[in-house]
Amino acid sequence: MTSHAEALHEHHGPPAANRSSRVDARVLGMLLFIGSEIMLFGSFFTVYFFVRVVNPTAPSTWPPPPYHFPVFVAGVNTAILVTSSFTMHWALQSIKRGHRAGFLAGMVLTFAMGAAFLTTQIVEYLHVGFNTSAGAFASVFFGLTGLHGAHVFVGLTLLAMVTIRGFRGHFSPEHHHGVELPGIYWHFVDVMWIVVYTTVYLI
Amino acid sequence: MESPFRSEEAAFRFLLVTIGAFALIVVASWISTWLGLVVFVVLTAGAIWAYMRQSGPRAPRTHVEHVGPEDEQRVLVIANETVGGEELLAAVGERALATRTRFLVVCPALSSRLRTWTSDEDEGRAAAQERLDATLTRLASLGIAAEGQVGDLDPLVAIEDAVRTFHPDEIVVSTHPEGRSNWLERGLVDAARAEFDVPVAHVVVDLDAAGRRRDG
Repeated sequence: MTSHAEALHEHHGPPAANRSSRVDARVLGMLLFIGSEIMLFGSFFTVYFFVRVVNPTAPSTWPPPPYHFPVFVAGVNTAILVTSSFTMHWALQSIKRGHRAGFLAGMVLTFAMGAAFLTTQIVEYLHVGFNTSAGAFASVFFGLTGLHGAHVFVGLTLLAMVTIRGFRGHFSPEHHHGVELPGIYWHFVDVMWIVVYTTVYLI
Repeated sequence: MESPFRSEEAAFRFLLVTIGAFALIVVASWISTWLGLVVFVVLTAGAIWAYMRQSGPRAPRTHVEHVGPEDEQRVLVIANETVGGEELLAAVGERALATRTRFLVVCPALSSRLRTWTSDEDEGRAAAQERLDATLTRLASLGIAAEGQVGDLDPLVAIEDAVRTFHPDEIVVSTHPEGRSNWLERGLVDAARAEFDVPVAHVVVDLDAAGRRRDG
C-alpha cells in the first residue's frame, strides 16, 4: 500500500478514499455477497424448521408417508459435489505453482462434476414422485434444494468462464484472482449443500 | 476474527471442517434426536469460539512517501488531552529547531461509543477543537507554525486519515504515562509503528506532575 506523493500538491478534489478495511476490496465484495447468501438460505431454513418442527401439525415422520426422498442418489450426488471442491482446490494450487495442465484438468473436472450434480438433481426432481402441490414439506424440499441448485448453476457459469479463460492463457502464478473468487463461491455452495443434504435428507 | 471465506484455501478448509462436523451431527442424531441437537449446539459454539479467538489479518504496512522540498520534514503530532503538555511542546520545539519542519497537530475527538453511535459528537469535537486552538496559539507564540485538525475518535484511524493527506516523515504520539493512558492500553504506539514505515516517536506527558510543579 502506498500513499501517493503527488496527492498533496498535484491532486485536486478530495483525497482518495481511505481503505480502512484490511481485506482486499474484491475479497470483501465476495464476503458481503456470501453474507447475504447466508441470510437468504437462513430464511429458507427458517421455513423448513417451522414446517418440520414448530408447526403444531408437523408430520411425525419426515417426509410424511407415503413420500420418501432419494437419500442414496442424493448421497452419491453429495460425494460428487464434495469431490468437485477438491478438484477446484487442486486447480487453484496448480495455477499458483505454474502447473497449467493441472489447473486446466482441475477446472474441467470441477465443471464436469458440477454439471453432473445439477443434471442428477434435475433427474431426481422428475422421479421424486411428488410436486410442490403435495404439501408444505414438498414446497420446502423444492424451495431449499432448488435454491441451492440455482446457486450451483451460477457457480457453473463462473467455472465455465474460468475454464475458457484458462484455456486462453489468462491466468498465471501471479494473476489468478479470477480463479480464487469462483473457488471461494464454489466451496460456499458446497458447504451449503452439506447443510441442506444433512437437514433435509438425513436427519 | 478471520473469515472462513477469506480465501479459497480458507474456504476449502472450512468445507472440510463442515463435512466432519455434520458427519458427527448425523451420527449423533441417528442415535438420538436430542444427542444430535446437543452435538450441533456444542460444535456450533466451538466453531464460533475458535473463530472469535483467531486474530484478524495483519494490515499491510503503509509506505509513506516523502513529499514537498527535500530539506523539509513533515511531522504529524497526535495528541488529545496531552496536546498542550510541556513535554510535547518541547519535543515539537526540538524538531522545529533541528530542521525546516512542517507540523500537523491532530486531536482525535474524545467521545463515548454511545455518543458516536448516536451521532452526538458535537461536544467532543468542540472540546478537541478548543484544545487544538490553544495549542496552535501556544506554538505560534513560540514561533512554530503548525496546522491542526480534529480527527476521528479512533486515534489510529485519525492517524491513517492524516497520513493520507499530510504524508509525514515522522509521527509523534503523545499520551499520558503508562497506567493512565487509554491509548497505550490499546497499543496505539505499537500499532502505528506496525502500520507505517516512518519513525513513530512516543512522548509521555504527565499533566499531574506539571500541575504539582505549578502549584508548588
